[in-house]
Amino acid sequence: MRVLVPVKRVLDYNVKPRVKADGSGVDLANVKMSMNPFDEIAVEEAIRLKEKGVVTEIVAVSVGEAKCQETLRTALAMGADRAILVQTDDRVEPLGVAKLLAKIVAEEAPELVILGKQAIDDDNNQTGQMLAGLLGWGQGTFASAVEIADGHAKVTREVDGGLETDDLKLPAIVTTDLRLNEPRYASLPNIMKAKSKPMATKTPADYGVDVAPRLTVTNVVEPPRRSAGVKVADVDELVTKLKALGVAK
Amino acid sequence: MKTLVWVEHDGKAVKDATLSAVTAAAKLGEVHLLVAGQGVDGVAAEAAVIAGVGKVHVADDAAYAHGLAENVAPLVAGLMATHDAFVAPATTTAKNIAPRVAALLDVMQVSDILSVEGADSFTRPIYAGNAIATVKTSDKKLVLTVRTTAFDKASPTGGTGSVEKVASTGDAGLSSFAGAEIAKLERPELTSAKVIVSGGRALQSSENFKTLIEPLADKLGAAVGASRAAVDAGYVPNDYQVGQTGKIVAPEVYIAIGISGAIQHLAGMKDSKTIIAINKDEDAPIFQVADIGLVGDLYKIVPELTDKL
Ligand SMILES: Cc1cc2nc3c(=O)[nH]c(=O)nc-3n(C[C@H](O)[C@H](O)[C@H](O)COP(=O)(O)OP(=O)(O)OC[C@H]3O[C@@H](n4cnc5c(N)ncnc54)[C@H](O)[C@@H]3O)c2cc1C
Ligand SMILES: Nc1ncnc2c1ncn2[C@@H]1O[C@H](COP(=O)(O)O)[C@@H](O)[C@H]1O
Repeated sequence: MRVLVPVKRVLDYNVKPRVKADGSGVDLANVKMSMNPFDEIAVEEAIRLKEKGVVTEIVAVSVGEAKCQETLRTALAMGADRAILVQTDDRVEPLGVAKLLAKIVAEEAPELVILGKQAIDDDNNQTGQMLAGLLGWGQGTFASAVEIADGHAKVTREVDGGLETDDLKLPAIVTTDLRLNEPRYASLPNIMKAKSKPMATKTPADYGVDVAPRLTVTNVVEPPRRSAGVKVADVDELVTKLKALGVAK
Repeated sequence: MKTLVWVEHDGKAVKDATLSAVTAAAKLGEVHLLVAGQGVDGVAAEAAVIAGVGKVHVADDAAYAHGLAENVAPLVAGLMATHDAFVAPATTTAKNIAPRVAALLDVMQVSDILSVEGADSFTRPIYAGNAIATVKTSDKKLVLTVRTTAFDKASPTGGTGSVEKVASTGDAGLSSFAGAEIAKLERPELTSAKVIVSGGRALQSSENFKTLIEPLADKLGAAVGASRAAVDAGYVPNDYQVGQTGKIVAPEVYIAIGISGAIQHLAGMKDSKTIIAINKDEDAPIFQVADIGLVGDLYKIVPELTDKL
């Protein structure tokens, strides 16, 4: 079976975001960009399913500017088989991404789409659930374990109270949580090999999807800063402070 | 505007997160609630007396027993024909359901709102809370999730809502509940605790969480939290994780022990009223947000602290 893995290019998780002074957003000029960490976990999960013989082909998809090619090459170097770039310089929201993915699903007929649970730039946590809704498929979100057998996916999910397991009919959507796996690094030979793997470039218009944003970002500011605190010298002083706060008697 | 608020519950009682969503919804207009589940008359009765509530829609059916998004989303989408906004607390249950509803309604969800600036305008955190965006929607219907720490809780009593049954949309036949491991809580819940004691990688084992963190938490009547590193290493279960991708908390007092203070962790706790950090590295980033810091070895400090309280 075929698996589709959408990957987003985002500000690297190690970089501290800087808010632009004019309130227009976060400064992305000359900073390190990487694959969204949850998407690395998604690619890894697809590769493991392929290594188990459950999956036969992994198609990575990214929506965004031309530089998303780099993100797709990373997915290919990890072990994806081919890639599709839906190229646009415009901001595309989760609803637009989900609509594009729904069209690609119609063309590629995967039995599983594995997405990240959340892109760490906009922190939306929407795209997988939206895609499932558009397709009328089951959804296993925030997955910490995935088992595929007999046309079903058993997905263990990280929920507020602990863990929950749902049984989904395939085809289905899975979104990854942190504990699903630990993504591999691409080896140098695989990075070389990835250069010759196929990558198709499309546009939203090719799919006939209107991706015009529904939300306008009118202002972006830094959150209020906490003022500097004090250091206490020892436990006794800390106990005094805790008493003053009223949390200790 | 008529809002439909998702009532978060465990089949028996209304969860506190609901009360914050009610406060957010009340800023938009009339507050109606949706209780979906199986055998939830008790929950509905409790929901009806939340202050400021109008109608409580109750969908009682086995298909809703476990809050499966595949079954619940069509129910909500149907009710949205007569409501203008679906408002849900940002719990894992609602984060699973709301975007599916948004897709069915062809609207863009606004996730994790921090404030209501107008009928179509909201603030929300992006980049792990390192930036706050104001967004304005052009959609006719709203789908919102609410950061519960950003809104006061509505009073759980004093309301006089009417309860109305709604027809089930049935089982979509796409998914089924296969089991759960839900931790039994002997302590306050993380998201509603007044005091939280959190441990990081420096705790080194689940044993040390039990012998160091838990006794301190017990002395303070506190909930126990953790960094991702501590959860990944298996010292504590996943539901202890505080942060960008875990639970968002804002207690009166948050005590971070052996936690470095990565931005992903700070994202989940930096709105706590007072932050206390214990770390042996005086340059640890956690001290940049801590109101009270103690530099030293947790293995010496924590037992002494527990002892002296
Ligand atoms: C996509 C993504 C999402 C993430 N989401 C989250 C999240 O939601 N929550 C989260 O917490 N993290 C999250 N992280 C991980 C985050 O980046 C950090 O790796 C993590 O928070 C580090 O945990 P820590 O502080 O316990 O460990 P470390 O960074 O290893 O810090 C351990 C600290 O303990 C101190 N220490 C060591 N020994 C002692 C001692 N004897 N006494 C006192 N102090 C001692 C050290 O000085 C150090 O400061 C995420 C990362 C990614 C990529
Ligand atoms: N522009 C994009 N291109 C490819 N995949 C995306 C894009 N945006 C979101 N996704 C996928 O959807 C997941 C959730 O993103 P979000 O809903 O934006 O938090 C990500 O982890 C990706 O797997």
